[in-house]
Parts: sequence; C-alpha cells; structure tokens
Amino acid sequence: MPEIKPRRPGPTPTSSDAEGTAALLRELVAHLRGNRTQLREEWARRITEAKLLTAMTKEEIFAEATSIYDNYVDVLETGAVEALQAYARNLSERIIPRGVETHEVVGIVLLLRDVMARSLFEKYQSDFALLNRVLDAYEPAANRIANTVAVGFVQERERIIREQQEAIRELSTPVLPVRERLLILPIIGVIDPQRARQLTEQLLRGIRTNRAKVVVIDITGVPSIDSTVANHLVQTVESARLLGATVIVTGLSPEIAQTLVTIGVDLGKMNTVGDLRGGIEEAERLLGYKVHPLTESPTAQA
Amino acid sequence: MPLTSKRDEIRTPISSDFDIVKARQRGRELAATLGFPPTDLALIATAISELARNIVRYADRGEIILSLVEKGEKRGIVVVARDDGPGIPDIELALQDGFSTSGSLGLGLPGCRRLMDEFDINSRNGMGTIITVKKWLR
Amino acid sequence: MVVPILKQGQYLIASVQAALTDTDLLKLRDALTEQVGTYRSRGVIMDVTALDVMDSFACRTLSDLAVMIKLRGAETVIVGIQPEVAFSMVQLGLKLEGVATALDLEEGLAYLDQKVKRVARAINEQKR
Repeated sequence: MPEIKPRRPGPTPTSSDAEGTAALLRELVAHLRGNRTQLREEWARRITEAKLLTAMTKEEIFAEATSIYDNYVDVLETGAVEALQAYARNLSERIIPRGVETHEVVGIVLLLRDVMARSLFEKYQSDFALLNRVLDAYEPAANRIANTVAVGFVQERERIIREQQEAIRELSTPVLPVRERLLILPIIGVIDPQRARQLTEQLLRGIRTNRAKVVVIDITGVPSIDSTVANHLVQTVESARLLGATVIVTGLSPEIAQTLVTIGVDLGKMNTVGDLRGGIEEAERLLGYKVHPLTESPTAQA
Repeated sequence: MPLTSKRDEIRTPISSDFDIVKARQRGRELAATLGFPPTDLALIATAISELARNIVRYADRGEIILSLVEKGEKRGIVVVARDDGPGIPDIELALQDGFSTSGSLGLGLPGCRRLMDEFDINSRNGMGTIITVKKWLR
Repeated sequence: MVVPILKQGQYLIASVQAALTDTDLLKLRDALTEQVGTYRSRGVIMDVTALDVMDSFACRTLSDLAVMIKLRGAETVIVGIQPEVAFSMVQLGLKLEGVATALDLEEGLAYLDQKVKRVARAINEQKR
C-alpha cells in the first residue's frame, strides 16, 4: 500500500501532485453533480432534523439549499470563492433580519460537508487508498468553503450592527423645531468627536431646512466635557453663525463651567443662559415674541 | 511615497488661480464616485484648494495628483501636491496655526491637516515640496 | 466668470453663479467697493449659495470686502453659505469674524433694512 501523506494544496506542490489533486477534484465534482437531487434532499432533511433555520419554511430552506449546493460544488471545481462569497453575503442580508443566528449558518454548512463526505465514503469505501486521496483533496476545499460562508455571515452581521448604531446615534440627537425659526438641540450623553461632527451636520441641515434663526443647544444631559469636546461645541456655534443663526447654549453645569475656565476655552463669544427655560425665553426675545399668561392680562400682572 | 498604484491617477498642472478651481472640482468629482457624503466632499475640495494655492503662491508651478486607494476594508482618496519650488525651511513652524510668510491668514497647511485624515509632508530647502493627504470613507 | 451686480433700491446684490477664481473674487470686491459709491448704496448683499468651496483666500477677500464697504459707509451681509461649506470653513479655522451672515437673500434684506433703519432713526433723533 503506498504511503499516504495528508497534503494541502500548498504554494509549491509538485506538478504530479497538483495534477493528481485536480483530477480527483474533477472526479468528485462529477460525483456530487451526478447525485445532486438525492444529496440535496438528504441535506435539507438533516437541516430540519437538527432544528436549524427554524425561522424559514421548508420551501425556503430547499431553495437556499439548492443555491448553496450548486455554489459549493462550483467552488470545489474552480477554487474561486468570489461567487460563493457574494452569495453568502446576499443570503446573510436576507436571513439576518429574520433572526437566523451564526451557529445555524455554520451548522448547515458543516452538515453539507458531512453529507458530501458520507457520500464519498460510500462511493470509495472499497478502495481505502483512493478514499484517503479523495478526502485529502476534498477537506481543504470544504474547509475553505465553510470558512468563507461563516466569515461572510459574520461580516454582514457586523455591518448591520454598525448601521444600527449609526441610526441610534442619529436618533439620540434630535433637532426639534419648537416654533417657527427656533430649533432646540438637547444633547444627552457623552460627546465624542464622531458624534460632535454628526451633531453639527444635523444642526446645520436643520437650520437650512427649517430656516431657523435661533438655536438653543441644551447640554444639561452631558456628563462631562474635555477640551476637544469644548472646541467642537465652539465650532458648532461658529458654523451655525456662518449660516446666519444665533446659538444659545444652556445647561452648563458648575463642573463643566469650571472645566471650561480651567482649560481656557474661549467661550466669550458664546451666548449662554442658565437653563433650557431661560434659553427659550431668550430665544423668543431675539425672535421678537412676547409671552403672557392667558389667565391674566399683561397689565394685571404689574 | 507610499502610493499604492500608478493607475487611474488624475494629474492637474497648477500654475494659475484658474488651475486651483480646476483641481478642486476634479477632486470633488473623484471623491463623489467613491460615495463620500457632502460634508466630506466639501472638506476634500477645500483641502485641495489650499494645497493648490500654496503651490501658486510659493512655487509658481507644480501639480496636484488625485487617486483612489484601498487599504484592507478601507477606501479613500489621496491627494498629492508636488512642486519644485523653494521648499519649506521649517516644517514645524509652517504647520503652526497663524504662521505665514506671504501675509496670508497662515491657515493653509495646519488647516488642511485638520480637514483630512492623514497628512504627510516632505520638503527640503531648495528641493521642492511634496504633500500627501488622504481621506478615508467611513 | 463675471458676477452680476444688481441694484435693488438702496442695496447692491451680488449673486455668485459658479465657482470663482481668486482673480474673479478680487474683481468682484473692487467692483462692489466702487459701485457702492456710484449708487450711494446703503448695503451690500453677497449671495454665495452657489459656492461649494470657501477657502482661506475667499474668506479673507470677503472679510476685506466687508471692511472696505464699511469704510465706504455701507453694510455688508453674506448670505447662503451652505451647511457643508460652513462646516469646512470652521474646520479650517475660518470664522468670518466681524462679518454679518444671513440664511438667504430674504433674510439678508431683512437684516439690512433693520440696520439701515436703526441708523436712520439715530440720525433723525440727532436732528431733533
């Protein structure tokens, strides 16, 4: 019996080895194509048995199984994973919103690998040496495929998470048009440079679309400020002015006020008012509004 | 220069104020093909404007070379400003806000650095200046 | 690129239509400073809605323009700076300090009316 060394298609295989592997791959690709219907059904059955992809119907599972099967065999044949990569990404995009988990995707690919391997066993069981060589050719390719699909799925998940984070961030700084020409921007939570930029962009767009003349930025909900954030705040105020809007900053806590003085941020040109209520009153004054309680006439107050 | 590829470079010779406008418009167009948001397009165009103006002001002539780069997952735009002018004798000083030898606002180089993600300057007295700036798509 | 200057009552309106070179900007500055005297204008509106870049040179020229117009006895207001342009300007460190800004032409006119009225009122009070 010839000695069999497990061999992966390394960077410099001898040409006879490479040819041997290629020939074997061709042979097993032909086998997998020939038994497509049966193996695919076997796979779909085992997916259901293992209670994977429970969020999908039988028909859906079978349709996806068909595509993955064909892609899988194509990769074995050509060695090029690009098409499978694109398909995995596309599949992930469709199934992630339906709650399919990473272990399910990895699970079904490993099942397919197993279904195919068993079929190869069956075919070559009489010739152990040949079976070993077939598996040597099959294993590295199958591993690569499993890896490609799993990585594609995880990357897609990460992308979706990033998008959601972005959306949450955008929601977390609403630009509120409280009355004609007056915007309120309540900032809650920590401001990092990225958020500061987003905040400024949103405010500037808000000023343009609402034709705002006065903006009240309330930072009561900002726990702390360092010099970088303070400079961002100053830049926000300056850029709003360039568009023609006046900014009033409210809710500077004693700690923040002290920080700003200590780090020497020039807030002299910044219009500050103690609290949000005072800020809105000042804004109304700038806009030429006069507010009186409805129950009393303005003269009765005096 | 760590330029990844020589293909698809857009070169704009710079010798007059009209070329400044041309270079920054080309930069904006190239950046737009990559899908940069409007704010980044404005930042990139402004940075190119400052770099090109420096060439006209200090070196008379030079060129702006635009190209796209990829680094792993990241994609971005590279702007190279190259001239054979007198060079910058003290780079540290030139990168300080408010420093200018030409009576301008002195915001050109330090400002340009703030507008972009990466900034690299190579200059020797009498040997010209090469400034490379990059902006990554986020 | 020649920027058309419109005479509207006691104001001059310069509305930029496309990207301007440094030379264009200087020409515009000189034309406005000249015409403010010719038409005895009380205010100048510089509409930059069409500008997609305001670099250090443009800012300095506009600041100079505002000072020169002031010396000629009129007010200047810059209108229509785009959000992205404003963002870039501030990043670059350009604040157009001492120059009035307004959202658009309409707001710019309102600003000048207010300014000019205030001056007129002060003059009237002195006369009394």
